[in-house]
Amino acid sequence: MEAKREVLRMENIVKVYSNGVMANKGINFSINAGEIHALSGENGAGKSTLMKIIFGEEQPTSGDIYINGQKTVITSPQLAIKLGIGMVHQHFMLVSSMTVAENVILGVEPTKGILINMKHAIKQVEEIAEKYNMNINPKMKVEDLTVGQKQKVEILKALFRGAKILILDEPTAVLTPQETTELFEELKRLRDSGYTIIFISHKLNEVKELCNRITIIRHGKSMGVYDVKTVTEQDISNLMVGRDVILNIEKSAPKIGKTTIRVSDLTIIGENGKHCINRLSFSLREGEILGIAGVEGNGQLELVEALTGLRKYNAGSIEICGKEISQCNVKDIRKLAVSHIPEDRMTTGAAPSLSITENMLSDKISSNSFSKHGIINKRAIKQYGIDMVKQYQILCKNPDVSIDSLSGGNIQKAVLARELSNNPKIIIADQPTRGVDVGATEFIHKRLINMRDNKKSVLLISSDLNEVLGLSDSIIVMHEGRIAAYFPDAAKITELQLGGYMLGIEKQSEEEIKEVRHGQ
Amino acid sequence: MIDYSFIVDFLFMWIRVATPILLASLGAILCEKSGVVNLGLDGIMLISALFGVLGSAYGGNLIWGVIAGVGSALIISGIFAYFHLVLKANAVLCGTAVNTIASGLTVFALQLATGEKGSSSSLKSYTFPTVNIPFIKDIPILGDILSGHNLITYIAFLMVIVIWIFMYKTPLGLRMRAVGENPNAASSVGQNVIKIRFLAILLCGVLVGFGGMYLSMGYLSMFTRDMVAGRGFIALAACAMGQATPVGVLISSMVFAFFDGLSNILQLLQIPSEFVQMLPYVATIFGLTVYSIQKIRLQKKKSKEIQQNVIE
Repeated sequence: MEAKREVLRMENIVKVYSNGVMANKGINFSINAGEIHALSGENGAGKSTLMKIIFGEEQPTSGDIYINGQKTVITSPQLAIKLGIGMVHQHFMLVSSMTVAENVILGVEPTKGILINMKHAIKQVEEIAEKYNMNINPKMKVEDLTVGQKQKVEILKALFRGAKILILDEPTAVLTPQETTELFEELKRLRDSGYTIIFISHKLNEVKELCNRITIIRHGKSMGVYDVKTVTEQDISNLMVGRDVILNIEKSAPKIGKTTIRVSDLTIIGENGKHCINRLSFSLREGEILGIAGVEGNGQLELVEALTGLRKYNAGSIEICGKEISQCNVKDIRKLAVSHIPEDRMTTGAAPSLSITENMLSDKISSNSFSKHGIINKRAIKQYGIDMVKQYQILCKNPDVSIDSLSGGNIQKAVLARELSNNPKIIIADQPTRGVDVGATEFIHKRLINMRDNKKSVLLISSDLNEVLGLSDSIIVMHEGRIAAYFPDAAKITELQLGGYMLGIEKQSEEEIKEVRHGQ
Repeated sequence: MIDYSFIVDFLFMWIRVATPILLASLGAILCEKSGVVNLGLDGIMLISALFGVLGSAYGGNLIWGVIAGVGSALIISGIFAYFHLVLKANAVLCGTAVNTIASGLTVFALQLATGEKGSSSSLKSYTFPTVNIPFIKDIPILGDILSGHNLITYIAFLMVIVIWIFMYKTPLGLRMRAVGENPNAASSVGQNVIKIRFLAILLCGVLVGFGGMYLSMGYLSMFTRDMVAGRGFIALAACAMGQATPVGVLISSMVFAFFDGLSNILQLLQIPSEFVQMLPYVATIFGLTVYSIQKIRLQKKKSKEIQQNVIE
């Protein structure tokens, strides 16, 4: 093998966002020519930020970047492209009504006079595609392509612009297994012809199969660079997960009651034909917090949407308090005393420009105490706002200011106030403390435990291991739309065990997983 | 028996009436495709209709008229683009502002220039020449219908091809379509979205400006107050109905013009012209409803098939 030549080196990269979040805390990162280099880490570990810095979309607060040994400041994606860096975004940047060739040449069109030389363009695209064994017709419209083919178009775009370093951001997350195999063949071929590839993924089997070296990032710091051949999947998992501080959440033993949600053989197929959820079964009972752990994108979002009536499912059934909900809309499900704390508080959780009171009231405005004969009772509403702000410790000038003037933690408390104040039986809490300060997190945790102690059911979806382990009574681990593991007692497991299941290294037996149905 | 020359006259008039709508809706394609909602077409037409007349009257020839007409269209489009794209003002508000300004400004400028508020009949302004096409003009019937139109009418129909080539065969056209459909995709490969949209608005202004000048320097030979009479809005409807493609826009402009012309004739038959003028819009709503229903059905079928395949 020829001597390894370093094509890209990042030294002591620190990135502090304007809202004070420190995403990278002095990362060193280096890649050699002609290798596939894996970059792994949990959600929010700082991978994406680091890649945005390489691609010129973000500027580092401090630290240096060297390309081919030369110190470089990458000010924009245009410059990054000029320097031979290509990015394949997780969300494709394609114009769907245009053909493959048009998408590839956009901005660097070969011309003949004032017209585009489309014949030449198609020939060039065909040549590149053929060279790397990508089976794609340049004359097809992008909207008629499968997800896997769209990804090929993104790779072609980068190659057409002369990229030598390709960054692929979780490329297999949207692919079927066959498409993944195809992609790996192409990537290996690219590597063998001298391209350098940065492969962002937390699927360890894929890293093992494809990559030469791996850099692991945890909480904005590099945990080291390893030769993939010399580390085991378990080693990688241990380096990736792991908690900084162990949260101690005080709670008493759960008093389990009867079943409130029963999911049987639930199957959801996404728009692209991929199974988001595959024959999933579990049950949730009164007086317990059931945590759902897993790397994001393994079906959690679809499950929450199905449970709350935001999405139809293809097969199987969901029973809430004994009622099958396939024909129910969101309102019907809410009437069954289901509360939903959505993942994204600024788009689904709250109406940003409305006041705090209005946001807390939006599900109750038609109740008799707030409106009569279609006319709202201003006095009652005002009093309600004042009471709730006090009760849920929402820090604000007064309850009539618009909710987007609050901090993330206080907005989340207002969402919590709305969802917990209508006496729910079931609370579906999706990432309830994401981006929320420590104080508010503690408050939210206490409230959720309080609900559970009052014989309510809580379904907690969280990618924060601290939270899942600390708060839950029992835990499900989801992987690729299925349950990879069920732990009846959350206190008895560690994050390292959980990590193995989350990343798909291990899977429990059918018998163990069946436990989650509690004999039904 | 319907009179023979009556039909020929009607077809000739049909083409005449279609010209301003066609030009403005071709302009609307550029804005629509690059993702700009430009409601100000009506106002731009009105302004260039007046300034075309004033330019030719004071400049003493047609060239000055064209310069003033196109220039005023560019200036007002540029103002619209600056407020909408650079200062990020709402496009609907900006467009409405252009229309409001236009109806006031034109009357004010007209009064300054002529002392009258109604029309520019006291000014000696120039019109675009009519063109007799050799050979075709000698063909019976066809010659009477197709030949002898105003120069701008021929330009308008030629523009259908020019805009088609521009949108689908040139780099700038490709970039405009990309910017309109997925601005993130375009900017991720280094395209300046604002710059491209600015350009689209200006080019749209030129086409719309010619549509306006046709009204006062071809269709009529003077400017009269509010002479555009909603043609800018009809053009927007034609653009939407033609799905912002040049050929589609040609067809839908002709449909609107047909009813416009028909209403002129049916007035003679004592059918209220308002009733006839309503017809193209009723037809549009009906057509679009049927089209949308079919499209939704097709999509549902497609996604069902995909899911069925997966389950099997």
